[in-house]
Amino acid sequence: MNILVCITHVPDTTTKIKFVDGKELDKNGVQFVIGPYDDYALARAVELKESLGAKVTVLNVGKQETEPTIRKALAIGADEAIRIDAEPSDAIFVAHQIAHIAKQNSYDLILMGRESSDYNGGLVHGMVGEMLGWPSVSPCMKLDLEGTNAKMQKEIEGGKELLEATLPLVAGCQEPIAEWKIPNMRGIMSARTKPLNVVEAISVEGAISYNSFDLPPERSSCKFFEVDQVDDLVNALKEEAKVL
Amino acid sequence: METKPSQKITKGAEFIIKDAKAEDIFIPEEFSEEQQMMEQACHDFMNTEIFPHVERIEKLEEGLMPSILKKAGDLGLLGVTAPEEYGGLSMNFNTSMLITSALGPSGSFSTTYGAHTGIGTLPILYYGTKEQKEKYLPKLISGEWPAAYCLTEPDAGSDANSGKTKAKLSEDGKYYSITGQKMWISNGGFAELFIVFAKIDDDENLTAFIVEKSFEGITMNDEEEKMGIKGSSTRQVFFTDCKVPVENMLYERGKGFKIAVNVLNIGRIKLAAAVQGASKNLMDTAINYSNERKQFGKSISSFGAIQTKLAKMAVKNYALESANYRAGNDIDNAVQELIESGMSKEEAKLKGVEEFAIESAIMKVHGSEVLDFTVDEGVQIYGGMGYSADAPMERAYRDARISRIYEGTNEINRMLAVGMVFKRAMKGSIDVMTPAMEVAKELTSIPTLSSSNDSDLFDKEKAVLKNLKKTLLMVAGKAAQKFGVNLNDEQEVLLNLADIMIETYVTESVLLRTEKLVLLKGDDFCKNRISAAKLYLVDAVEKISLAAKEAISYVAEGDEQKVMLMGLKRFTKYELPNIHLMRREIAQEMISNNKYCF
Ligand SMILES: Cc1cc2nc3c(=O)[nH]c(=O)nc-3n(C[C@H](O)[C@H](O)[C@H](O)COP(=O)(O)OP(=O)(O)OC[C@H]3O[C@@H](n4cnc5c(N)ncnc54)[C@H](O)[C@@H]3O)c2cc1C
Repeated sequence: MNILVCITHVPDTTTKIKFVDGKELDKNGVQFVIGPYDDYALARAVELKESLGAKVTVLNVGKQETEPTIRKALAIGADEAIRIDAEPSDAIFVAHQIAHIAKQNSYDLILMGRESSDYNGGLVHGMVGEMLGWPSVSPCMKLDLEGTNAKMQKEIEGGKELLEATLPLVAGCQEPIAEWKIPNMRGIMSARTKPLNVVEAISVEGAISYNSFDLPPERSSCKFFEVDQVDDLVNALKEEAKVL
Repeated sequence: METKPSQKITKGAEFIIKDAKAEDIFIPEEFSEEQQMMEQACHDFMNTEIFPHVERIEKLEEGLMPSILKKAGDLGLLGVTAPEEYGGLSMNFNTSMLITSALGPSGSFSTTYGAHTGIGTLPILYYGTKEQKEKYLPKLISGEWPAAYCLTEPDAGSDANSGKTKAKLSEDGKYYSITGQKMWISNGGFAELFIVFAKIDDDENLTAFIVEKSFEGITMNDEEEKMGIKGSSTRQVFFTDCKVPVENMLYERGKGFKIAVNVLNIGRIKLAAAVQGASKNLMDTAINYSNERKQFGKSISSFGAIQTKLAKMAVKNYALESANYRAGNDIDNAVQELIESGMSKEEAKLKGVEEFAIESAIMKVHGSEVLDFTVDEGVQIYGGMGYSADAPMERAYRDARISRIYEGTNEINRMLAVGMVFKRAMKGSIDVMTPAMEVAKELTSIPTLSSSNDSDLFDKEKAVLKNLKKTLLMVAGKAAQKFGVNLNDEQEVLLNLADIMIETYVTESVLLRTEKLVLLKGDDFCKNRISAAKLYLVDAVEKISLAAKEAISYVAEGDEQKVMLMGLKRFTKYELPNIHLMRREIAQEMISNNKYCF
């Protein structure tokens, strides 16, 4: 079985985001990681590899700076990697790149996070499914394989949905699909011996461009009122918050 | 511009008499992507396996700590420098420093980890026979068997060689029967293997043994009620006619103390790495709190009083890290050279660390005191919450305190460090006498105004550093002349000398690291690091000045004292930087990044 896992290269979730002139992310001092949802997708792929036997390929659309993140995925257990040498400018661009690679190979399963943690678009898995004519499921929280049959669980409002589909398929993953994996030291040491192929991007017209970025306004502090201070509360809502 | 880790062979304690160059030292910014990934894996490990379970760990929940140790083993964290044939990673010494530091914030686990991988495992790794290694190392490195190290006894603490535990050979010559009481044994509660030091018959010196828990005759007291690291098991262990097969004697009869000492050499510098990691992590905690806590309508981080604390912590931490990895790499280079000269790997590792035993003792003392500074100011920044068990600083404050006590108290390590310098000087392995005499001569000659050209980064600071070394040589030379072999009894002077030595080593390290980093990343990037190095120097000079004065007041009188004090005044002169401004700028960087900035 061949599994393709698509990973993003995103700022660590604890990063204090800053922008340069409101135009782009200030990368100074920012630590980049595998997108947290992608991490679960990768972990599930490695679990499937361990239980059923599979070859796991990771793919990232990004410039050279993303290679440490890709090597981390190799350290976690992927067998080889593909980096498509381009800025991941928007979802449609990335989806086309992934679909292009998928068409040249015979993957049974394409896993990725339900969304990236930078732009949180959550679009790529659906687009890739569409481009390949494969089913796509997101957010996929459980995935088991019996032969070519995949049994999945999806979160829906107020409950969960059980789905079955035949491979090949695309899934946008989320915990608890797998146990999150920390690379072991030996995995880290072997990562550099695994193939990391850099391929050129195909040309795709971008659909989205960004004009500027703003930080959300700072949260103002919270005021507490006791139960017998209803009048004060109403007053504050009128005078200070000006919402009444 | 690229720099590369230095491969220059340096001798232990050489910093006293020679000036190292920036390219001679390793700086942590040179760790490879792979090493950084290992560090990150340790952080991830703590975030998943330790921090969420701190309360259970602190309550010593049965089975929990050994299970965490096993998980660390699964990740490959328990045999970083051990050969692959036993399940280790065969990485160099500085990588093990990095990993130990990364696990430093784990509090109780850090002690468990240190005791297991250090004093518990290393005696077998370095002194075991092939059979002993094959039998025990894989179990230790996988984490299947936790290890403990039993040296201390109720009446043998700092004076470890005075232990009363006895070993008697059985009549059939097949086993030793060990009887005695050991105290303060880390991992005692769940260890499967004990390294036990005992005296055979009426021997004067200790012999080491490998004792399995399943051997008869081992009993224990309840867990000690401790001030901190409450989640780390600490027990008294009693051996009553415990039968240990003769093949479980480690190394040679009567050579146990040598094992203990050499293993402690490694343990000390590793402890310095652990406390450095702990301290760095606590800085993040303190910065974050100071940003979040609002008083008088502002974040308390906007107050100069808080900023100055944050900056002082950062400067100390930065300098500590500089010296730690410098020493770690010097050890690696020494080991490599010995291997190339034909020595076996394990022996080379031991000898390499022994060569830097002085630096190891220095770093243990200095590191544990930096951590103490950080937790103390950390509690202060947290205010009332610093005193509350609901916030992380309270535990950190208690946990930190042990570091100044175990692996040899800081007093013992200070005196040991100075004692070793004198020993090496006597043996002639480093020539301290010639430069000491030159300094003595310089004291009574007309001072030449040294003119450094001031154009290169740190020219002035390096001139001061040279003078700090002269201060050390002046005081040490006089003390040696006055007390001769009895200097060992003049502990206060030894402590003064140790302080001068520590501050000199750390100052040199932080200057050189910064200089090398400027080559790598440029002036702009390093602006606050340059300030940090200068600020460290100021602190060091003031400390050295006081320590030297204390010593001079005792070792010299009358005119001679006057001459020495004049010399000291000259040697401790420096150009005053704008201290508050620099500190504010450093604090600002951390406040804006919401974390430690170096
Ligand atoms: C939590 C914990 C874990 C430990 N883990 C282990 C372990 O796993 N294995 C193990 O073998 N030991 C362990 N120890 C023991 C530890 O190494 C000793 O406590 C330490 O070496 C000090 O010995 P002591 O407690 O007997 O103090 P003492 O030796 O009684 O020292 C008391 C004071 O006197 C000073 N002093 C002692 N001798 C001199 C001297 N010659 N000159 C000047 N001052 C001196 C000391 O610096 C100290 O300030 C542990 C201790 C603790 C508290």
